Amino acid sequence: MTGPAIQVAALRKSYGDVEAVRGVDLAVAHGEVFALLGPNGAGKTTTVEILEGHRQRSSGDVSVLGHDPARGERSYKEKIGIVLQETGVAPYLTVAEAVELYRGYYPSPRPLDEVLEVVGLAEQRDVRVNRLSGGQHRRLDVAIGLAGDPELLFLDEPTTGFDPSARRNAWHMIKNLAALGKTVFLTTHYMDEAESLADRVAVIVAGQIVAEGPPATLAARDKGVTTIRFHLPAGPEALPQALAADVVVEDGTVEIRTTTPTATLHELSGWALSEGAELEGLTVSQPSLEDVYLDLTGAAPAGDPAAETA
Amino acid sequence: MSDLLLAARQVKYENRAFWRNPPAAFFTFAFPIMFLFIFNTVFGNDTLRLSGRSTSMSTFYVPALVAFSVISACYTNIAIGISFSREQGVLKRVRGTPLPPWVFLAGRIIHATLMAILLVVIVCAVGALVYDVDLPTNTLPSFLLALTVGAAAFASLGLAVTAVIPNADAAPAVVNASILPLLFISDIFFGPEASPDWLARIADLFPVRHFAQALLAAFNPFEAGSGFEGGHVAVMAAWGLAGIVVAARTFSWHPRG
Repeated sequence: MTGPAIQVAALRKSYGDVEAVRGVDLAVAHGEVFALLGPNGAGKTTTVEILEGHRQRSSGDVSVLGHDPARGERSYKEKIGIVLQETGVAPYLTVAEAVELYRGYYPSPRPLDEVLEVVGLAEQRDVRVNRLSGGQHRRLDVAIGLAGDPELLFLDEPTTGFDPSARRNAWHMIKNLAALGKTVFLTTHYMDEAESLADRVAVIVAGQIVAEGPPATLAARDKGVTTIRFHLPAGPEALPQALAADVVVEDGTVEIRTTTPTATLHELSGWALSEGAELEGLTVSQPSLEDVYLDLTGAAPAGDPAAETA
Repeated sequence: MSDLLLAARQVKYENRAFWRNPPAAFFTFAFPIMFLFIFNTVFGNDTLRLSGRSTSMSTFYVPALVAFSVISACYTNIAIGISFSREQGVLKRVRGTPLPPWVFLAGRIIHATLMAILLVVIVCAVGALVYDVDLPTNTLPSFLLALTVGAAAFASLGLAVTAVIPNADAAPAVVNASILPLLFISDIFFGPEASPDWLARIADLFPVRHFAQALLAAFNPFEAGSGFEGGHVAVMAAWGLAGIVVAARTFSWHPRG
């Protein structure tokens, strides 16, 4: 297939006087897992809902799988799967019935048993929807999103409310989808999730994309400041002069920030060996995706998730 | 699958879900039947004057509760059901699938109408077997026409009223507030001569009394003609069309607030 799966140029969306999306450009390749990150109210949900066809844009060009989602074409909806946060299912149907109901809407659905297997609900197939646990309900959401065997799957916060093992299972499932060649457009609040799943991430702040790239190199994170930490009961006074300049000490933990980690480590370990000192708890770390994200988004602590309506 | 088959499939799943929700099924079915027994027990032997002759009040209560059945199944059930589905996000989910929106709504309306028909059959059977009421014969076409127009009109009004229902918790209150007063002043619970004239004139602005009167005309045992009540049917049809226009402009597939 030629061209990207999703192509967005100069996308804008206003609600009255408020401009929620202010000139977003995006391109997502076929078969790519793409994560859109951003604080609540940054325009993330608005952007995704425009791509899904749930909202109309104010201006800009949007092409998804060769369709303009704003037209609401049936042929477009046949190619996509949407997993939103707050979309319910008829509560009195069983899991199998609910998936079967939605399968019937698509021209070439995935086999029912296969869908239930992929999301891990095979054992719950005859359980009524209103008796599922929160995590099981979320898996049913994904099952319904997969029912039509979509080329492109939108996943809105797919693991919010999951316990750690359920999250790992969900990640495994999403990786399986990617392995099948599906394009996945993900939004998430969890940086480890983006890091584990996404080929590329983009960060949206105040309606604009402020950074975009593979999670490992986002915002030149791999070329930034490296932090070296270790315990030094004797205190930093003992350190050689060349290192002492960049040192921060907190509760006996020494922290050295450096842009030349190789040279700094060489100096440090040489000094420690000659002194016969052990650098207990030694760690060398680059900024995490979360550090980069907090930096990009102005370090504002995440607000109440319920506050996001835009 | 053709859209008509899809609609039939929607009806099948709606039906399955309907009977697995005992409170909803109970309210829809038990109320009209319970009212039929209560009103007939209390007032059934009173005298009803129709076409200048006398018959039993049961002849009034059977068509009145046929009207109530259709209103419950179509108006009340659709309005409350859609409000819940909207709040639960079922409507939004459906809107993201290839299912044409009209097919989804048709599934709801057809199912509600089938429930109404089942109720009407039960009410008529009880009326004939227990209370000795004559069922429409020469007036049967008029009866079926009034039923059809009534079911369609109240279904469309049920969709329209969802525009003013803010959330699922408020749905029963809003729906009852809109329909209960009308039921009381529209010759459903009390006999045709019970209301003062001015109250009847007010009731005549709305579709419920016209529905009840069109059905009563079809149950009039002294009616020699077709029993066709064009005026009543026309008012119901006008309300139904108004409901469709309002629903088309205001219907929301997304949860509110």
